[in-house]
Amino acid sequence: MALKMVKGSIDRIFDKNLQDLVRGVRSHREDEAKYISSCIDEIKQELKQDNIAVKANAVCKLTYLQMLGYDISWAAFNIVEVMSSSKFTYKRIGYLAASQCFHDGTDVIMLTTNQIRKDLSSPNQYDTGVALTGLSCFVTPDLARDLANDIMTLMSHTKPYIRKKAVLIMYKVFLKYPESLRPAFPRLKEKLDDPDPGVQSAAVNVICELARRNPRNYLSLAPLFFKLMTSSTNNWVLIKIIKLFGALTPLEPRLGKKLIEPLTNLIHSTSAMSLLYECVNTVIADCCVCVKTDTCPRPPQLCVQKLRILIEDSDQNLKYLGLLAMSKILKTHPKSVQSHKDLVLQCLDDKDESIRLRALDLLYGMVSKKNLMEIVKKLMVHVDKAEGTTYRDELLTKIIDICSQSNYQYITNFEWYISILVELTRLEGTRHGHLIASQMLDVAVRVKAIRGFAVVQMATLLDNTTLLAGSGQHKSICEVLYAAAWICGEFSEHLEDPVHTLEAMLRPKVATLPGHIQAIYIQNAAKLFAAVLNGQQGTPDCQTMQESSQLLIDRLPLFVQSADLEVQERASCILQLVKFIQKLQHKEVEVGEEVTALFAGELNPVAPKAQKKVPVPDGLDLDAWINEPPSESESEDEKPVAVFAEEELRHARPHHTEVDEKELARRREARKQEQANNPFYIKASPTSQKGYQDSTGVEHIPVVQIDLSVPLKVPGGWMSTSDKYLKLEEERRQRERKERGKKEKKKKKKREKRSGMGRRHDSGPESEEDIAPAHMVDIVTEEMPENALSSDDDEKDPNDPYRALDVCDIQGNLQNGSQVVVSIIFENKSTSFLKSMEFNVLDSLNSKLQRPEGSGPHDGLTVPFQLPPGVSNEARFIFSVQSIVMPQRLKGTLTFIVKADDSSTHEKLDFKLHFTCSSYLITTPCYSDTFAKLLESADLKGTSVRLQEVSLPFHHLLAKICFHHHFSVVERIDSCASLYSRSIQGHHVCLLVKYAHQTVTIDAKCDESSLLGNVLEEIKKTFSQS
Amino acid sequence: MRFMLLFSRQGKLRLQKWYTAAAERDRKKMVRELMQVVLARKPKMCSFLEWRDLKIVYKRYASLYFCCAVEEQDNELVTLEVIHRFVELLDKYFGSVCELDIIFNFEKAYFILDEFLMGGEIQDTSKKSVLKAIEQADLLQEVAMIQSVVLSLGQ
Repeated sequence: MALKMVKGSIDRIFDKNLQDLVRGVRSHREDEAKYISSCIDEIKQELKQDNIAVKANAVCKLTYLQMLGYDISWAAFNIVEVMSSSKFTYKRIGYLAASQCFHDGTDVIMLTTNQIRKDLSSPNQYDTGVALTGLSCFVTPDLARDLANDIMTLMSHTKPYIRKKAVLIMYKVFLKYPESLRPAFPRLKEKLDDPDPGVQSAAVNVICELARRNPRNYLSLAPLFFKLMTSSTNNWVLIKIIKLFGALTPLEPRLGKKLIEPLTNLIHSTSAMSLLYECVNTVIADCCVCVKTDTCPRPPQLCVQKLRILIEDSDQNLKYLGLLAMSKILKTHPKSVQSHKDLVLQCLDDKDESIRLRALDLLYGMVSKKNLMEIVKKLMVHVDKAEGTTYRDELLTKIIDICSQSNYQYITNFEWYISILVELTRLEGTRHGHLIASQMLDVAVRVKAIRGFAVVQMATLLDNTTLLAGSGQHKSICEVLYAAAWICGEFSEHLEDPVHTLEAMLRPKVATLPGHIQAIYIQNAAKLFAAVLNGQQGTPDCQTMQESSQLLIDRLPLFVQSADLEVQERASCILQLVKFIQKLQHKEVEVGEEVTALFAGELNPVAPKAQKKVPVPDGLDLDAWINEPPSESESEDEKPVAVFAEEELRHARPHHTEVDEKELARRREARKQEQANNPFYIKASPTSQKGYQDSTGVEHIPVVQIDLSVPLKVPGGWMSTSDKYLKLEEERRQRERKERGKKEKKKKKKREKRSGMGRRHDSGPESEEDIAPAHMVDIVTEEMPENALSSDDDEKDPNDPYRALDVCDIQGNLQNGSQVVVSIIFENKSTSFLKSMEFNVLDSLNSKLQRPEGSGPHDGLTVPFQLPPGVSNEARFIFSVQSIVMPQRLKGTLTFIVKADDSSTHEKLDFKLHFTCSSYLITTPCYSDTFAKLLESADLKGTSVRLQEVSLPFHHLLAKICFHHHFSVVERIDSCASLYSRSIQGHHVCLLVKYAHQTVTIDAKCDESSLLGNVLEEIKKTFSQS
Repeated sequence: MRFMLLFSRQGKLRLQKWYTAAAERDRKKMVRELMQVVLARKPKMCSFLEWRDLKIVYKRYASLYFCCAVEEQDNELVTLEVIHRFVELLDKYFGSVCELDIIFNFEKAYFILDEFLMGGEIQDTSKKSVLKAIEQADLLQEVAMIQSVVLSLGQ
């Protein structure tokens, strides 16, 4: 009571105290700025007074104004004055103001050092406390340097209140003045054993934060923390300790193993969700480390169970975090997460959008061939229900991401996918029209067998006017029409009623579309027109032809007037062409073929590395100058780059000859320049660059497996068609499953071992010679584009010294379980439809065809597509090969059903697969110094061969060896060259090729003599054939 | 922890504590941006969001939003517990705290926060010892106050 009276009387001393200011600001909502500027004037007056109480009151008010967003930096000196007051009341206010508005750039901080030092050593612990608290906010490198010793002394203060603050602030001091860490650390470590739990936890806190920045220095503390972890009962401290271990385990994987048990115990026993979550997260992170080092592939089953409980909880926060952690597990243990698909799907119904988005992220990684359709169906339902376009667009992109991931790996039925895409076009106001469009184009171009279906669907889209009508407000969705028009034009042979589609593409409303789409419409209308002419050719009725020419002549002038240059140009060009054609038609000249010739040629997808497939033709010297080499003066431009490259090289390989380096650097630079300037040079996608050891060439080949067991039917209009395909697909799978089931009963379950452990390697066994001739199916086993390793040459900097290291490092991993991928192109040369193809190979002891789980060792593999007449498609089969030192020949059969109009017959085709030893070699670049070391080592055994009467130029000879036998040239001097290659199991093969007087001598060394013998034999054969 | 903000449903800042140095202009921009993001969230949504390179943990108590920015490796649930503990401390100190208490005694709210967290780290896990420290410091302040009043009256 007395206190209040006193307070009241003191308030009267000032014009306005803090409460008055707050009240005033609240009552002057309309003219806040004006009111505050008057207050600031008042404050300035107050600050001029000598009374420290008045000053402190003014500073307190300023602190409040600072929070409202007003600049108070002008009062910095007054703040220091208040800080220096001997009275705790004012000191407290001064330090508060300083901590709120001082920063590294505040000049007056320099003046505070002595005052702060005085406060730190004050007999009053609250003075010290307030100074430490303030300092923790505004400590600068200078303050840290000057006060580090004082604070260090405070770490041993008698009062725990001061000790804990001093320990905590040390972290800030270390950050600002790292030199203080070394002398202070022993004392900090002592504090881990402080009798006061607050001080102890502060020390844990600081060390944990330090360890997160630089874990290596704190590994030695692991045993101490391990003891603390098992003894501490404070959850917040436990969490910090666990976090610290989380930072240490990547450096010391054994620690991870040791932690599993105490963490598991905590997971079981704790009721604190935060601790549980921390433990689970750390176990997950540990497992990631373990997976990397291959020490403990134990799936975190317990974690998944606990996360499931979190996700099932009604608390949104736990749900969210559960999903978040789940997605971390997904990266390393996808299997253990996949079984909780139901739960994740449930989360899509959650009212919280952030939870739904998390669930979507998870779904992306959970799809498989089996569940894709089901998951997408669910997502489509959500698309329909979704409120707000942002979330709907997110769903849309996720659906497309999920379906198109890794080259449509999980799509078994492309009709279904096209129908999904068509359904998605109904979304109003989506921003992702271009995304849908590019998917349509991609699928139609790359999946040949789907084109018929796609074209019919696209024709329906073109015919439908809703998209056109919507083009006004929502520009994006009409991008779909771009794809539709192009697909209908390009693959017009599949159209049922081309004249009708032509008419649809030339409607006046089209002129409301964006220019680039109109241009595509016109160009493809011309293609369609050509198709109509060609289709009607030879029929007596030429009315359709004339009608369609007239249609174009009538409609095109509208587009000739277009404001868009591209549209205008194309329209007028084609208009003139059609007029000319009409003239010819009147003279009854057949023009169909000529017009079609305008658009002849099929657009095929080309792999980014397809160029590698093309062997260097005889007589072409890639190294020869086409034009005279540029003069000295010209090459000066390149000099700085070359010098840089040279330095780098010298650093990496000091004993390499200088001339070669320069030459190499120059060539490389020239090549880079050339590639950068060449618009046709397709740069590799960033994904193909990472991990040059485990990327396989197969991934980059745009061949998609398709399955066409459903009849190609045209669904009408806008009805939901995807469901139908879903159902058909399910039925088909059921049938298959039944059949598989029958087989399984007869045979014991076969143990599947080592699948996926080894590195996949593609190589194509060649030899067409064993294939029975003149049959319906032609199997062309084909050389794959040289595998990923060789084709990475132009993307990776060969200067990188780590590459050489890599080469030596991996061989151990490759030792067992080698897999070979064989790609086979099936081409149907007959006129009948082929289906139910089954590919089977008689396994040898050494080479086995990898069959799906559950099938017997003699079962054939269903070729995942059917072949209409004249169509070819590629299928890949994986073989596991035990020993690669001998060539292998495997007998196989292909059975299939030939479907004629009235009957169908079952046919069989025998073939042999020839696995040459060269096909087990991977083109691996090698440096001359590594090469030299290899040759010196005693492990390699040598042999040599001599090839007589070789009349090729030397570089052709080298190119041939490199191309057919997967070698890379290490060094070439005149007519002598060293070549290197490596087998998939890590054998080194070194060749020294000399060429003189039409005789080639190859001295070879390899750590496996029979492999070497066979490779040489194959090289010999290559040259005897030519 | 990088910083803690308290703001009202109307988007008025009530408290701000920055544990890392940032220029005044950047701070203002971040506060404005973050308030917008958090206020736009629906009541049923979870308390976490990813913002810039930070994780934001927020919770609404009556008309006030308590909002913390923590780093990637930090534990969201602990941050939520920290917020809750701070609210408990305010509640104990003011006696069923409301927004107005914090507006009119904003310096006290800061003092409590400074006793609880320091440099963004938990300073004391015990509620009792935090409150004790505050009470003692307040007592010191009141004593000083009386002295100064007596002094000024005596003049």
